[in-house]
Amino acid sequence: MSTSFQRRQILTQGAALMGTAASGLLLPQHVLAQSGKIRVGFMLPYTGTFAQLGVAIENGVRMAINEQGGKLGGREVEWFKVDDESEPAKAIENANKLVQRDKVDVLIGTVHSGVQMGIHRVARESGVLNLIPNAGVHIATRAQCAPNVFRTSFTNSQPTMALGEAMVKRGHKKAVWITWKYAAGDEAYEGFKESYTKAGGTIVKELGLPFPNVEFQALLTEIAALKPDAVACFFAGGGAAKFMKDYAAAGLKDKIPLYGSGFLTEGVIDAAGPAAEGVLSTLHYSDSLDTKRNHEFRLAYAKTFKMQPDVYAVQGYDTGLLLVQGANAVKGDLSNKAALYKAMEGATIDSPRGKWTMSKAHNPVQDMYLRQVVGKENKVIGVAAKALSDSGAGCRL
Amino acid sequence: MDFINFLIQLLNSVQYGLLLFMLAAGLTLIFGIMGVVNLAHGSFYMLGAYLAWSLAGTLGSFTLAIVVGTALSVGFGLLLEKVLFRHFYHRDHLDQVLLTFGLIYVFEELRSMLWGDDVHGLQVPQALSASIALTDTLSYPVYRLFMSGICLLLALGLYLLISKTRLGMKIRAGAFNHEMTEALGVNIKLIHAVVFALGVGLASIAGMIAAPVSSVYPNMGGQVLIMCFVVVVIGGIGSVRGALIAALLVGLVDTFGKVLLPEVSGMLVYVLMAAVLLYKPEGLFKQ
Repeated sequence: MSTSFQRRQILTQGAALMGTAASGLLLPQHVLAQSGKIRVGFMLPYTGTFAQLGVAIENGVRMAINEQGGKLGGREVEWFKVDDESEPAKAIENANKLVQRDKVDVLIGTVHSGVQMGIHRVARESGVLNLIPNAGVHIATRAQCAPNVFRTSFTNSQPTMALGEAMVKRGHKKAVWITWKYAAGDEAYEGFKESYTKAGGTIVKELGLPFPNVEFQALLTEIAALKPDAVACFFAGGGAAKFMKDYAAAGLKDKIPLYGSGFLTEGVIDAAGPAAEGVLSTLHYSDSLDTKRNHEFRLAYAKTFKMQPDVYAVQGYDTGLLLVQGANAVKGDLSNKAALYKAMEGATIDSPRGKWTMSKAHNPVQDMYLRQVVGKENKVIGVAAKALSDSGAGCRL
Repeated sequence: MDFINFLIQLLNSVQYGLLLFMLAAGLTLIFGIMGVVNLAHGSFYMLGAYLAWSLAGTLGSFTLAIVVGTALSVGFGLLLEKVLFRHFYHRDHLDQVLLTFGLIYVFEELRSMLWGDDVHGLQVPQALSASIALTDTLSYPVYRLFMSGICLLLALGLYLLISKTRLGMKIRAGAFNHEMTEALGVNIKLIHAVVFALGVGLASIAGMIAAPVSSVYPNMGGQVLIMCFVVVVIGGIGSVRGALIAALLVGLVDTFGKVLLPEVSGMLVYVLMAAVLLYKPEGLFKQ
């Protein structure tokens, strides 16, 4: 403990010395910023369960900036990378690596909501521009929203906000909700509860199990006994595949339709196999979205990176587009923060998911699609909610 | 909850308990006989699941995949024992924990290099893919009953092996007094290798037969490892019979907890463990 403290002291003192030396050049900060490259830092998961999401997001960002000749507002870009390992305990340390050591102008990250809270603290304290390409934790664009923090993905309750009405419209007025009992699950439930009861539906029972427990059998038995019109859920990744399989194996799939926040069927359709067929979900994107913009994006992405893009690649791409719009508006001078933020707040992003704008709290105002799994893909069967905005409750921007 | 539902939940409990037993049996054996705390036990479960998935793909048959997969895991267990674990039997528990904790990361990385980070599904074999209708809305998958059957068979086999065979006698003798057993001319090194490979094999088989219902995904061993330790601690370290009783108890508490007390279901199992430890600090069946 004491040795690490001493080491830290030496480091900070050393850093202070270095700082004096640098400012001894007597160049105004503004000129320094203008002459160099724009420093863009990625803080994403490059190892662990979310590794592929990190790669997809980085690819997307680079693709958007490469479309501008690899420049932001006419300036060259220098890239920095930190693997956040989806480890909340290291979040602040990792974010500081980019902000203090690498002195990035923009910090792009991350996927995991817990890690996001660490980044959020660093962003609010240091004032560095932070673009969130995935993590949907509410507070980042609600009570703790910040002028320098923009999200290009969704809030955890946004997909489920579109789910309620779609279910009632299809005649399912009595539903059981089931999820993992943790922050993302609770936030998804908030959206479902609001939209479903508002549309006239009744939530018969709310079921939950601790994250990331996947022993669903007891709860499926409970669902069968309750006999609701439909089941709505929030699960993602491996657990989502298992849930759909268990749901089908318990014979519930053909009797009680299954709905979910779109992450239920993202990246796991192959793993779930026939159990996923027919499952309905709401999300701001689908691989099979039949628009010219999406087809062009998918083709270009597949050519460049030799793999198929997913919703995370789209979110990364949109992060890049947003940064491009902001940087172009200030001609690359990212130190002109007022003008930069204004441009980004007013931006319309021409995304593969469809055009979207920024809400007051810096979260996308976007269409939510109702999708159904048909033969290994999420087929779009309609728009569940047009220009859906997160409440941004408690944000005073 | 009406009576039918109660019975179905009971079935769920037993079925989950038996799967837990399969996993915990290997852990408790290795601990009880060699005194090794093996945190990497969950990795063998993951290994089994990935083996089942990749072998079923290449060999085209789930049954064949289980046979080959079991042979491979037992071989892997023997190799690990020879190269690493053998040197740790007499070391401090902390050394063992460090070794096996490190192994978790090594195995995760190897899994990532070999099989990638995707979530994979494995089809339930055709012959077992049917479901039995229990009520008008709920059916019970035959495969889950098959899993329970396999677990019961292995539990019975384990019981016979340990209490009725000559090898079992040597294993028990070795656990009881290792020096004396060796002095009587029993090749204790061989016994240890066999027990370790048996433990790895059991965890791996559990992973293989669970693969079609649980999917195959990174870090799947980490989730079951904690439950395994709970079972081993409740049952009494080293006791296979204790592990069986404890696994069934945990299955019951977990299943009915989720239904009856959903708010606290996450900690009920640990409350059970604490309660058992309070009255029987060495577990229900001390060896």
